Amino acid sequence: MPYRSRSRLVVVGNGMASLKLLEEVEAGCFDITVIGAEPEPAYNRVLLSSVLAGDTSLDDIRFRDRAWYAGRCMTLLTGDPVTALRPARNEVVLKSGQRLGYDRLVLATGSEAIRLPVPGANLAGVLTFRDLGDVSALQAIPAGTAAVVIGGGLLGIEAAYGLARRGLDVTLIHLMPHLMERQLDPVASGMLKDALVAKGIRVLTEASTECIEARDGHAEAIVLKDGRRLPASLVVMAVGVRPAQSLAATSGIDTGRGIKVDDKLETNWPGVYALGECAEHRGQWYGLVEPAYDQARVLARYLSGLPARYEGTLIATSLKVSGVPVYSIGDFDGRDAEVIALHDRAAGTYRKLVVRDGRMVGAVLFGDTADALWYRDLVTRRTPVESLRAALPFGRAYAEAA
Amino acid sequence: MDDGSLSVASPEPGGHVARPVRTTCPYCGVGCGVLATPDSSGGATIKGDPAHPANAGRLCSKGSALGDTLALDTRLLEPVVDGARTTWNTALDHVAQRLEAIRAAHGPGSIAFYLSGQLLTEDYYVANKLAKGFLGTPHVDTNSRLCMASSVAGHKRAFGADAVPQCYDDLELADLVVLVGSNAAWCHPILYQRIQVARGERGMRVVNIDPRQTATSEGCDLNLAIRPGTDQVLYNGLLVWLADRGHLDHEFVSRHTSGFDAVLASAREAAPSVRQVAAATGLDVSDVELFFSWFGSTRRVVSCYSQGVNQSAQGTDKVNAIINCHLATGMIGKPGSGPLSFTGQPNAMGGREVGGLANMLAAHMGFSDSERDRVRRFWNAPALVASEGLKAVDMFEAIQRGEIKALWVMGTNPAVSLPRADRVRDALRKLDLLVVSENVMATDTLDLAHVRLPAHAWGEKDGTVTNSERRISRQRPFLEAAGSARADWWIMGEVARRLGFGTAFSFTSPAEIFDEHARLSGFENTAASPADRRAFDISGLTGIGGGGYDALEPVQWPVRTGSAPAERLFADGGFFTPDTRARFIATSPARLASPVSEQWPFVLNTGRIRDQWHTMTRTGLSPRLSTHIQEPFVEIHPEDASRLGLEQGTLARIETAHGAATVRVLLSRGQKPGNIFAPFHWSAQNSSSGRVSSLVHGAIDPVSGQPEAKATPARLAPVAVTHYGFLLSRTPLRPEGMAYWAECRALFGATPGFTLHLALDTDAARMSDWQRATLPDGDWITLEDAGAGTFRTAVFRDSQLEAVLFLSASPKLPATDWLRTQFDSPCDLAGRRTILAGKPVTGGADEGPIVCVCYQVGSRRIEAATLGGCATTKEIGTKLGAGTNCGSCLPEIKRLIASTMAASRAAAE
Ligand SMILES: Cc1cc2nc3c(=O)[nH]c(=O)nc-3n(C[C@H](O)[C@H](O)[C@H](O)COP(=O)(O)OP(=O)(O)OC[C@H]3O[C@@H](n4cnc5c(N)ncnc54)[C@H](O)[C@@H]3O)c2cc1C
Ligand code: SF4
Ligand code: SF4
Repeated sequence: MPYRSRSRLVVVGNGMASLKLLEEVEAGCFDITVIGAEPEPAYNRVLLSSVLAGDTSLDDIRFRDRAWYAGRCMTLLTGDPVTALRPARNEVVLKSGQRLGYDRLVLATGSEAIRLPVPGANLAGVLTFRDLGDVSALQAIPAGTAAVVIGGGLLGIEAAYGLARRGLDVTLIHLMPHLMERQLDPVASGMLKDALVAKGIRVLTEASTECIEARDGHAEAIVLKDGRRLPASLVVMAVGVRPAQSLAATSGIDTGRGIKVDDKLETNWPGVYALGECAEHRGQWYGLVEPAYDQARVLARYLSGLPARYEGTLIATSLKVSGVPVYSIGDFDGRDAEVIALHDRAAGTYRKLVVRDGRMVGAVLFGDTADALWYRDLVTRRTPVESLRAALPFGRAYAEAA
Repeated sequence: MDDGSLSVASPEPGGHVARPVRTTCPYCGVGCGVLATPDSSGGATIKGDPAHPANAGRLCSKGSALGDTLALDTRLLEPVVDGARTTWNTALDHVAQRLEAIRAAHGPGSIAFYLSGQLLTEDYYVANKLAKGFLGTPHVDTNSRLCMASSVAGHKRAFGADAVPQCYDDLELADLVVLVGSNAAWCHPILYQRIQVARGERGMRVVNIDPRQTATSEGCDLNLAIRPGTDQVLYNGLLVWLADRGHLDHEFVSRHTSGFDAVLASAREAAPSVRQVAAATGLDVSDVELFFSWFGSTRRVVSCYSQGVNQSAQGTDKVNAIINCHLATGMIGKPGSGPLSFTGQPNAMGGREVGGLANMLAAHMGFSDSERDRVRRFWNAPALVASEGLKAVDMFEAIQRGEIKALWVMGTNPAVSLPRADRVRDALRKLDLLVVSENVMATDTLDLAHVRLPAHAWGEKDGTVTNSERRISRQRPFLEAAGSARADWWIMGEVARRLGFGTAFSFTSPAEIFDEHARLSGFENTAASPADRRAFDISGLTGIGGGGYDALEPVQWPVRTGSAPAERLFADGGFFTPDTRARFIATSPARLASPVSEQWPFVLNTGRIRDQWHTMTRTGLSPRLSTHIQEPFVEIHPEDASRLGLEQGTLARIETAHGAATVRVLLSRGQKPGNIFAPFHWSAQNSSSGRVSSLVHGAIDPVSGQPEAKATPARLAPVAVTHYGFLLSRTPLRPEGMAYWAECRALFGATPGFTLHLALDTDAARMSDWQRATLPDGDWITLEDAGAGTFRTAVFRDSQLEAVLFLSASPKLPATDWLRTQFDSPCDLAGRRTILAGKPVTGGADEGPIVCVCYQVGSRRIEAATLGGCATTKEIGTKLGAGTNCGSCLPEIKRLIASTMAASRAAAE
């Protein structure tokens, strides 16, 4: 064994959490190897929908070029996924057959898109929407094509919006009565639907897929449980993601919904860590960038020998859905609480603030998120808001002027 | 004239005149001269007439806003009979036939005329002549009965004639001005300003006698917050003091008066000592002594009295108690000294001169055989009435009893303004014929009329008016008559003609009427028979012809043939009693007509506010004038309020034995505990329940017949509501289901609009249904905070604000001032929701309630300027413009400066 002055850190996955960790970690402490399944170095996944819509170029979503990795003495391996973990032996195995030993291992494998278990799910013309490869495939579909996007969550809406912008004839179908029901209240959800319809997207809610019909092995139509048949030579499945945890699960690492980690982001195997969308912390799984970044910062400090603990991220959803900014935080449902709602339907702006016992406990902002951070502070700090109440819906500037 | 389409003398052939027309303000009895320059769009620019002796170019807020009241959208433009529009011919035929039929069936006494101090002298003259001379009914009375009948009666008792001895210049020449029962700062603003300017320049003293602290109090050296109804005690005490301290003018008393000793004795009985005066009036002994000593030691005292004295069941006694002190000191009719009654209305005096009151016949003549004979001969009127008719309150009682069947109302709104107004409204419903000559389309009275006749409004009217100093001024037309509106004299003349009295009513111009009026005033009015001599004599103005009439300069009567007009009267006696001596009059013991009781523990006082006139049919059209006070209110002392559970801005139901009203609560330490004040301007046209005169009892002065509008026993209680709010909208909206509302016109930037103040008693769950039913279509922006009871909605149409609704569980709502400015300019989509904050976030500081209407300066800005170093109203005026026009808001500005400075001093300590 050659002499090693520094301990070896292997990071599996080169996505958003991974890159944040690499940026934050004290570069001199480790010999770092990063392994990414995708051919490209980490890019801004959030902007994929924007790329699909043609609003953003590929160049604009790149974070760091290969030189950056090299300059920091990191080895970046792309297009060569890890196929097995051997924690007992402190090594990982790559698809190419290469084995890499490590002192510390970080799993940052994100999620993979789910395909609905319906007949026809694997036909040609049935795609998902998760990475650059998916975007390239979608970009190749000609304008005018009849497309159905299954799933009225964030991803489905983004896909539908992007495709519609490209000139496809898009129908979005969603199982639940409201789009994005986990991030939005019914009012905001209704506004979102209006916004999509205004952009030429047909939206069907409470629509459940029975099967996908084929012609010559290629998708031709979707049949709904209620018997409706929607012609579709493109079907995008955006019905949710599954944390990419199979490597861990088959290697004796504890998993639940994701890979289970403690407040140091460490798995049950000492020296093996997980973060981002593949991880589950205190029973909580996050599907957003912000908690992934929080985790990356904590883990970077920890690996650098600094005290650090991750105690969870208050779930704030801060998104741009089909170009519309949306924010929700905390208990925005408002049941058994007082609700302050400021609504301009025609302008497409909505603010719903939830107050319980004189303190803000949640909020939904739609169309304008200017004061999102202020609300988040009020919620996280549990600030008494009675005295600000009249100014509250108008934002910080009003509250401070009052 | 039978086709009804004829056009009455238009201002100038060929339409509008570009040069200013000299006319007179149609509001208060100050009678300010106005320069009106018509514009090309049917409006006019209004300025004070620098050449008019009453105001020398100044105008108060009401006068300044006259230009806002000229639009035609609320005008009555065509005759309406039984709800259907018709021609003049049909309407006049109808009125004549109905009058004839009713007279035939029930006698002439079944017909009555209820006139107005807003009418021109010429209109008054024709009405009086038609009723008393030709229809043969003595029942001619006027809303002046509510205003200065007690002064008339007091003058007649003391001087033998209804003649005001003084002129306005005396206010500037006096060393002591005593204001009794007068909120001149608001009700006679220009006279108040003249006093204040002189006070500033010459250091004259001003004493204010009023149970209530008002804007007038600010500019006074001594405020005597007297117990209501005890003025005579104070003045009897003064008379005793003057006698005991050697301040009497024995020579004047002995040469020109009679009855002094008896009156002094009775005064001594009523008010033997200062201590007893103080006890009875609720004043401090030292304050009473100070007032007495100032009065006694000053040779130039002017006493100004107004509704606080007149509107009393002992009003005439109060007037005489004041006059007694002037007679006793010989301070009458002299430069800077004498009694000066402030009349309420622009032409109450003209009505008095004509004799358009139930207890006068005509031209200062009564009902003696010789007087009746003289008038009969002059008018050639065989049907001349034999005796006095019914005065206002009694007239409406007679209507209620069914004795009077036909009533012709001109230029007044008795269903709102008379005491027990609800009862009056009921009485009006009983009439077989109610004819109303009006300017506007809708009033509470007009709502009940069988016949509505469109009369000339100010700007179209052509004639004369007389102000409080006996000065006759021309009201000149400067606009074309609106629609088919006609002069009142023309309307009556046409009816008279149809009744067969054509010869006596062949007038073709106001000048001809004026000439007949002037001739009658001088008819057999000679110094040769002092017993028959009448004070009112303008025979010097006969024969001036149309040209002379048009050119008539403001002139004080008497204008006897061959002698100069008189500025002052009675300095050397010459009273109009048979022996030419003035009379001292003993007063009855002071008491209120209806005392308070356990059931009715408060004394309800009613009156005016600065920027409204009467029942708001005209001033209500000016958005500017509605910025000062927008709703009916009750002023109450904070201790009374807290005992009753009434908070500032909440609603109270005031109740008396006669009616109820729901109004806004205004806490005021200027109100004596046990006393409340409410303005009488609001009607069913602009409020849910603000008809304050419906609360006032019908108690009247036995001599003058004037009702005691200043002291009705009342109680009040909180009105529980769930939400307070306001609704601003471009078009008037009257939602269903409101627990309370009051509407006024508003200016939204430069755009006209409406402000509706309202309250709801409903649960939050029904709020969105209510809003849907209420608000116009458009883009709705809503704010809901049901927990705080907050509901706010803005409605936009094409990026323009259309309406804004604010509701809150608390009466503390944001001021509407900033919101009103948001209607003017388009709002960008992104930012428009902040409209519902009710204020801008930065800059454009909240103006606060508007204080200076003319320059739209709010209290916040004045406070800020004070903190920024402006210590006087002058400095504020230079900086902000506020108060530099008529100055009627100066007291408020001054108070703001004082309170701001006090607050900042307190903060510093
Ligand atoms: C279209 C789209 C729009 C989104 N919009 C938003 C948004 O607006 N706001 C927001 O907060 N979030 C958004 N998200 C979610 C957000 O992108 C993810 O939460 C975030 O990327 C998670 O970071 P991660 O590093 O955990 O996972 P990823 O960014 O998914 O990175 C995981 C990487 O690991 C690689 N990998 C997986 N398995 C292996 C293996 N065995 N060997 C090597 N490499 C492997 C994957 O190929 C991938 O490149 C969006 C996601 C998508 C797809
Ligand atoms: S004081 Fe005002 S209301 Fe009275 S006459 Fe003058 S301008 Fe008109
Ligand atoms: S002073 Fe100002 S507001 Fe006040 S009334 Fe006159 S000018 Fe108008």
